[in-house]
Amino acid sequence: MIGSIYFAVCAILALTGAITVVAARSPIRCAVGLLATILGIAGLYLRLDAQFLAAIQVIVYAGAVVVLFVFVIMLLGPDGGSSPAEARAWLASRVGGTLAVILAASAMFLVFPEEPAGRMAPVDPQYGTVEAVGRQLFTDGLVPFELATALLLVAVIGAVSVARGRGQLKRTDRKIANPTERLFGGPVHPRDAGRPLVKELAKEKVR
Amino acid sequence: MILLGQAIEHYVFLSGLLFTFGVVGFLVRRNVLIQLMSIELMLNAVNLALVSFNRLHTTALSGQVFAFFVIAVAAAEAAVGLAIVLSFYRLRSSVSSDEADTLRH
Repeated sequence: MIGSIYFAVCAILALTGAITVVAARSPIRCAVGLLATILGIAGLYLRLDAQFLAAIQVIVYAGAVVVLFVFVIMLLGPDGGSSPAEARAWLASRVGGTLAVILAASAMFLVFPEEPAGRMAPVDPQYGTVEAVGRQLFTDGLVPFELATALLLVAVIGAVSVARGRGQLKRTDRKIANPTERLFGGPVHPRDAGRPLVKELAKEKVR
Repeated sequence: MILLGQAIEHYVFLSGLLFTFGVVGFLVRRNVLIQLMSIELMLNAVNLALVSFNRLHTTALSGQVFAFFVIAVAAAEAAVGLAIVLSFYRLRSSVSSDEADTLRH
């Protein structure tokens, strides 16, 4: 009984989060919806005896991916969220989306068996623990595991090089000693917009 | 009588619903950021299906290990995707996927 209530709470959390991602106007609300979905799914992992994956889900998704999304949303500012084309097609897209979800749900109900076959049998306490998953990961899944490290390295290098942009490289002056100035080609904070740079100040002092 | 959450079918059904929401969000929304979030939603739904099917066949842990790799790939995809969004915003001052039409002309 308590297990059913737990499942219902997690499932409702995940579904409301998913609806928020699809339907909310501001991207920051979508990010919060994604967070709710991720936490709900982490709760379901616990119910499915996947403790290690539940922890990884919270650490990687809620701790890194959602924070990255929020960071980019904040970086782009409020004008990054609105799109005139989307505002025009608002009603049509919502009606279409609702119909698609209803269609998918009814199709799944049709193939749903009368008597569920996948009743969860009790498992031994080692199932899904860090030790068990780690043993599997470092024996059968060793090659993909090492490949995943290469993938993450390539992704980090790719993300940095793509986000930095080509235009900025051209503008930078290699001779500038101050790394902040070399990166941004000038003052970073709006407060310093009219002020001379540190290098110019030093020149004035010499004069 | 099987209570809610005691059969694998319930989890698979929920996973299918979440995947549908992800597909709808990807197709309906025009904001690239929200489309990326919908992709994350779909990957999460697939992970839920993998873990629940693994719970049905408990002799091996392949499903959970596979879900682990999916999480790693999803993190890499989010980082690179958001970098592309940033560079696209620098180019067009917009994050609408309708604006990405340079190759069309």
